[in-house]
Amino acid sequence: MTIAVPAQPDRRVRGFDLSAPVLYAFAAVLLLLIVLPLSWLFIYSLTDQKGALTLANFARLFTESAFLDPLITTFIIASVSAVACCAVAAPMGWLVARTDLPYSGVIRALVTASFVTPPFLGAIAWELLAAPNSGLLNKLFRFVTGAEQDVYLFNIYSLPGVIFVISCYTFPYVFVLVANSLDRTPGELEDASSILGGGRWYTARRVTIPLVLPALLAGALVAFLQAMTLFGSPAILALPAGFHTMTTKIWSLFQYPPKPELAAAASLPLLVLTIILLRAEHLILGRRGYSIVGGKYGAPRLIPLGGMRWPALALCLTVLLLPVFLPYAALLNAAFSPIATTLVTPSNATLHNIEFVLFELSAFKLTLRNTVILGTATATAGTLLALVIAYVTARRAVTGWRFLGFLATAPIAIPGIVLGVGLFLSYTRPPFILYGTLWILLIAFVTIALPSAYQQLQAAFRTIHPELEDASRILGATRLQSLRQITAPLLRTGVIATWCFVFVGVMRELSAAIILFTSETKVVSVLIYDLNESGDLGAISVIGLAMLIITFAVVITINRIPGFGQTRFRT
Amino acid sequence: MPKTSRRELLKGSSALLAGATLAPAFSTRVLSAAPPAAAATPELIAAAKKEGKVVWYTSVDLPLAEKVAKSFEAKYPGIAVRVERTGAERVFQRIGQEYGSNISAVDVANSSDAAHFIVWKNQGWLEPFMPEDVAKFYPAEHKDPDGAFASFRVWACIIAYNTSLVKPEEAPKSFADLLDPKWKNKIVKAHPSYSGTIMTATYQMQRDLGWGYFEKLAAQSVMQVQSSADPPKRLALGERAVMADGNEYNIFQLKETGRPVEPVYATEGSPLIVGPTGMFKRAPNPNAAKLFCHYSFTPECQQLIIDVGGLRSMHPQTKEKEGRRPWKDVKVMKDDPAAVEKMSEDIKQRYSKLFKV
Repeated sequence: MTIAVPAQPDRRVRGFDLSAPVLYAFAAVLLLLIVLPLSWLFIYSLTDQKGALTLANFARLFTESAFLDPLITTFIIASVSAVACCAVAAPMGWLVARTDLPYSGVIRALVTASFVTPPFLGAIAWELLAAPNSGLLNKLFRFVTGAEQDVYLFNIYSLPGVIFVISCYTFPYVFVLVANSLDRTPGELEDASSILGGGRWYTARRVTIPLVLPALLAGALVAFLQAMTLFGSPAILALPAGFHTMTTKIWSLFQYPPKPELAAAASLPLLVLTIILLRAEHLILGRRGYSIVGGKYGAPRLIPLGGMRWPALALCLTVLLLPVFLPYAALLNAAFSPIATTLVTPSNATLHNIEFVLFELSAFKLTLRNTVILGTATATAGTLLALVIAYVTARRAVTGWRFLGFLATAPIAIPGIVLGVGLFLSYTRPPFILYGTLWILLIAFVTIALPSAYQQLQAAFRTIHPELEDASRILGATRLQSLRQITAPLLRTGVIATWCFVFVGVMRELSAAIILFTSETKVVSVLIYDLNESGDLGAISVIGLAMLIITFAVVITINRIPGFGQTRFRT
Repeated sequence: MPKTSRRELLKGSSALLAGATLAPAFSTRVLSAAPPAAAATPELIAAAKKEGKVVWYTSVDLPLAEKVAKSFEAKYPGIAVRVERTGAERVFQRIGQEYGSNISAVDVANSSDAAHFIVWKNQGWLEPFMPEDVAKFYPAEHKDPDGAFASFRVWACIIAYNTSLVKPEEAPKSFADLLDPKWKNKIVKAHPSYSGTIMTATYQMQRDLGWGYFEKLAAQSVMQVQSSADPPKRLALGERAVMADGNEYNIFQLKETGRPVEPVYATEGSPLIVGPTGMFKRAPNPNAAKLFCHYSFTPECQQLIIDVGGLRSMHPQTKEKEGRRPWKDVKVMKDDPAAVEKMSEDIKQRYSKLFKV
């Protein structure tokens, strides 16, 4: 998949090449963004409350059950979620990408809808559905079976409940990776296998699966990391059940009286685990890359499902009941219901919740404005930064590009809440006092968005042959000129996709924001979390639905801007 | 990041501020002279309108907080109230964290943990201001002698049950009754690290009933929520049959709108909660803050929090609402904000050990 380009001798003919200073400036910004908060975390984890050097924080971490239990719980949640996500997303991805499944475009759109849904909103929706006594599904179950009041089918306030809800909103990551990888896999390779006498299963085992394996493994890893670092869902579902995960534990360590040194120490196992996993992925895949992009291939040949077409569609839709249809129905019901888990009927329907949110809830407009500003700014700044870094690493444009690439990927190992803590420690003291402004949130969101934005854009760069840029530079263009004139137009779709991805990411973000907000810089996710803590489920439903509408509107608008999202380049 | 104790947190972060404010605070205390009673003069109203807004940090249940805000806006058009509502312990942390970073966002605060006002006053953060209603009508034990704060609202932290899940004769009558094995998995309760009401209540209950009570309660597999406004709402949903603690005023609100909930005043006595209001010296909208404080203690606003909110008022010109147990007949435990201030960290620690979260 990677194409090695020999180091280019300097071919400047005339004019000053600005690229080196510009690129080093970006590198410096990146270094500051990531190294500053991480350094403070390390310093805090190794000091006691008086500032003396100590290992006591780590000793407590690995001896007290108050810390060990959440660590184990988190590991269980992340592992099971990753496996569950792969088990569901891989077959679905295959069905959508490689078979003649009817309405596969609709399935893809619905998976996108589950991705756009913030996990904390999903968790609240599942409270409405599967709280043991008041949950709509449990009520339905009792109604149908005539069971006793105490009997329930689901208890969302439990370890399996947490795993289930996390998986619901993590599986899109795996699905997208697998489906995209299958989209890109040319059918000819499979054809060749068939022509040479390989049966269907043989071809699948020896050709298709190995080709998708890197994507599946990457998906499993992303799912694991997501599940491990999520804050909202466990905070909403695990705390009522009386157990902590690492993220909620870290959050509780920041409650009054704050113990930042313990929180910093508690975050390091997550960091180490992530690095080990990333290394393991690298070792397993090793050099097994497949150059499957290049030249012109026809669209992959679709496998006819025959009589299984409609059952397969039914299966996909059933899966999508869980993250999309049921939660949205529950939220919609709660928005118009006098009491959140009572079914709306024409006689009891009320606009009270909508009136409350629009005309009484005085924090709503402020948080909405902050969120939209931050979403737009983060998406723009994050995409730009990721674009430059992806370019530098894909083209090895400056010495130390490898380190730059590492820095851009590093935040993936930092749970949002831990980053929030690090940023709080960094930016509440001179020389950068940013706490209380939207800037600190912007920095947090850009840092969080960077790894995935970088990886997406790097993948986009890989599909563009460097020869095109080289040709431009041979003809006398500086690096920046060739970037603007040659590379940028080719990257347009990738850039727009990344922008939308980052924007949606900001809407989903809760864990860093919950540490960094002030009353003036509150965002919608924090408002929803606040409302959940005081049990105002009707208002949450209205705000959640409004937020989804805004997100979809922005994403659709961006994709409709003339000459922006319309054209698709194929390489 | 600041260290262990409440005072240290505030002290360390406000060294500059303290230097500027300690002297006058000290002198007023020596003379024990509260500021003169202040009326809503046309000058004050004009100055407040010029500022155009007031930011109110409170822990009162959000819909009620917004109703108070709307009633103020209706009376003084042109001054928008922004409600910043979260649990009292979070309000406390928020203000400390913001002041520690030199951010002055709060104009007026109202907390359900009266101990917070002791800390804020000692730090010299509160602006002495005596609304005329407080000066004229409020009993001495419900106002600070220096005019730094007064009891905006009073209520009890009570037990309650869902009447469609529990028959009245089977309902618990006391805290001790909640330890009956029949309530296992059926109890919802709020958290002292979030809620000032529960912090205050936990202090009074461990003092009167001992930690042994909480130890046994933890064995009942309670559903642990955060805000003291939440257990009543979970009861109304039918999610749990009984609440071990929560706001009396939410139960009134829900019961009076036809939800199947019923308050229980425990035979041991119900924890007494007092929620003072005060304004800050560094308030970004000082005149609007004064006007809002003034309004908070008027019979008009106090009657509103009784009628709509289900709260109790210390203003003698207010009337209690029919159908609620009169405040004089409620057996309450003794409140002691100074002791809560000293014990709060210990309470949080013990609590999270017992209840695991």
